[in-house]
Amino acid sequence: MTTANKEVNELIKREYEHGFVTDIEVDTFEPGLNEDVITRLSEIKKEPQFMLEWRLKAYRRWLEMEEPDWAHLGYERIDYNDISYYSAPKRKEDMPQSLDEVDPELLRTYERLGIPLHEHAKLAGVAVDAVFDSVSVATTFKEPLAKAGVIFCSISEAVRDYPELVQKYLGTVVPHTDNFFAGLNAAVFSDGTFVYVPKGVRCPMELSTYFRINAANTGQFERTLIIADEGSYVSYLEGCTAPMRDENQLHAAVVELVALDNAEIKYSTVQNWYPGDENGKGGIYNFVTKRAACIGKNSKVSWTQVETGSAVTWKYPSCILRGEGSVGEFYSVALTHNYQQADTGTKMIHLGKNTTSTIISKGISAGKSSNVYRGLVKFGPRAEGARNFTECDSLLIGDQCGAHTFPYIESLNKSAIVEHEATTSKVSDEQMFLCRQRGIDMERAVSMIVNGFCKDVFRELPMEFAVEAGKLLEVSLEGSVG
Amino acid sequence: MLSIKNLHASVEDKEILKGINLDIKAGEVHAIMGPNGSGKSTLAQVLAGNDAFEVTSGSVTMNDEDLLEKATEERARDGVFLAFQYPVEIPGVSNLQFMRTSVNALRHHRGESEMNAAEFMKLAREVSKQVDLDPAFLKRGVNEGFSGGEKKRNEIMQALMLQPKLAILDETDSGLDIDALKVVSDGVNALRAEDRAILMVTHYQRLLDHIVPDFVHVLAEGKIVKSGGPELALELEERGYAWLGIKEDETAASSAN
Ligand SMILES: Nc1ncnc2c1ncn2[C@@H]1O[C@H](COP(=O)(O)OP(=O)(O)OP(=O)(O)O)[C@@H](O)[C@H]1O
Ligand SMILES: [Mg+2]
Repeated sequence: MTTANKEVNELIKREYEHGFVTDIEVDTFEPGLNEDVITRLSEIKKEPQFMLEWRLKAYRRWLEMEEPDWAHLGYERIDYNDISYYSAPKRKEDMPQSLDEVDPELLRTYERLGIPLHEHAKLAGVAVDAVFDSVSVATTFKEPLAKAGVIFCSISEAVRDYPELVQKYLGTVVPHTDNFFAGLNAAVFSDGTFVYVPKGVRCPMELSTYFRINAANTGQFERTLIIADEGSYVSYLEGCTAPMRDENQLHAAVVELVALDNAEIKYSTVQNWYPGDENGKGGIYNFVTKRAACIGKNSKVSWTQVETGSAVTWKYPSCILRGEGSVGEFYSVALTHNYQQADTGTKMIHLGKNTTSTIISKGISAGKSSNVYRGLVKFGPRAEGARNFTECDSLLIGDQCGAHTFPYIESLNKSAIVEHEATTSKVSDEQMFLCRQRGIDMERAVSMIVNGFCKDVFRELPMEFAVEAGKLLEVSLEGSVG
Repeated sequence: MLSIKNLHASVEDKEILKGINLDIKAGEVHAIMGPNGSGKSTLAQVLAGNDAFEVTSGSVTMNDEDLLEKATEERARDGVFLAFQYPVEIPGVSNLQFMRTSVNALRHHRGESEMNAAEFMKLAREVSKQVDLDPAFLKRGVNEGFSGGEKKRNEIMQALMLQPKLAILDETDSGLDIDALKVVSDGVNALRAEDRAILMVTHYQRLLDHIVPDFVHVLAEGKIVKSGGPELALELEERGYAWLGIKEDETAASSAN
């Protein structure tokens, strides 16, 4: 290894900033999973009967499913009876709560995470749903959104207050039979966000959910459902963090998006779960199923993700392009370092005529990490005139990491057009020397080079978060110059 | 300003510089010529602090401070500038952002306030005109897809932006067409100043028609074998290196890029 590379490797030993634990009284289930646990969970959430039945059906099916092992990932198998399936801060009454009633300790937690929940604070103009372990603790800007006709609430509330909408769409994009983790999620999902944007409405502000894992030995099973009715538009962002712990923790989420005729959903993720320490101890196992159904004509869904956290990431935000002329986009930055492993990518399933999709994936690997892009572009027999453009770029920092690209293409339609580009590059000694020769220190140089590499993806993020994402990638200089 | 004494340097255990002695005073322009592979770029890189090269003995001082003990970026902040023979690309990082980061790093070091985006843009536009680069280049990635000549002009542009104390120009004239050669030489002449030293590596007398050096040195097999005034370059042009007892063939084969 060259000197400069050694130094660069030192550089990327950054500290995880969000590793603190909030000391708060909680109600937590004993570890273990069975039908009683699911029934209790459903009771606590005061769910209608249909929801309990839905969960139990999923659970029974899940018992017969096998954990997948096709991904390029190595991790210790999870003992699903060792996990607690519910943990929530104690509170006097149930939902709904106004912000004034939220435990100040929780407000301080989000403040510390840079997500002030006061509506007049920094993030004015962005509505936040704050999910803490298994429950949503606060949702801001509900009234002004309601005035515009937009429903923005926790999924638990939606199950109680908008059962018709939930019943109509929940599980239609990601059925419980889809895969092992989706099955588990359907059985035990805890909280997440529900959004409905009515016909012709342009959602007046950015919507976001901030997921926080706090309790030890619990799994977080986020479930999010977003429905954009005809001609509507919504931009949604999620952020995620967790304390530093030596044990691995499971986050198994399902996100479903539905876009009707001429609707557009922009879904952005800044994922910064605890990645584990520099020896690969601890960190979140992030097994996520995210999928969008573009069922309407000329509907559009864009997934933008910046994935920097988690010990293991297994995630393929996808689009089913059913509506004629519908558009799917996937912009991804995945950074792995130390012993992190990411197997991530997308599926673009072209079913309708003249559907188009774009995939831009930027993988950055450092340390001893492994970074995999896995993508499927599929054209059904009726996808006349469909086209896809894919670009997969890998950037290596140091020479002990790995990057792999697995692009799969299946075409049942001769008129479909696929373009694919792929590159692999390194932060070279020459680039580092050029920057340093111009007076730029190494920390700044690496971050500048990495940010440059990600430019095409950052451009897609909402303004407020592009800067955050850039900072997230910034690596800190830890006693390495010399 | 710069004093090099008995400098030895090697790369991968192969000795390249075998005892360089050179003194450069402020205000002077020195040209270094010599066959391919003789160590000209190595000297330039060692002065700038590239740690791919190991200094095995000797000393270098700049304004009486030990240059060799300083890190690359510290030397840069003290005013050492290297125009690269082969400028590398940094995709996605705009030239503008790169130069602004660089200029501000130096200003910060001097205790000056940072230049804001607007001020910087104005300066950058002016300088880009000076080297005949369309301001559109400022938005492109650093050297990304630049032609050979554009890269060289970009290097001179950076020198003009940073106003170094010691400018080391490694074959900034190579691969330029006649017009670009004029532009680059005008740029270098604009850099000439009382308080600035310039060390330029070149193979061609034609550059020295535009930029008349105070001294010309011939580097061969890691040593300065002859020094003289501008007339030495003319003599080399006419007679080659053989008369100095330098075997041209052996070295010329090693790299002609
Ligand atoms: N990183 C390196 N690894 C191995 N050898 C090197 C390295 N860098 C330079 N050399 C060798 O050192 C010698 C001197 O190279 P240098 O680039 O300094 O020559 P130069 O005088 O600049 O030549 P040119 O006129 O062709 O630019 C050459 O033999 C070259 O192959
Ligand atoms: Mg050279």
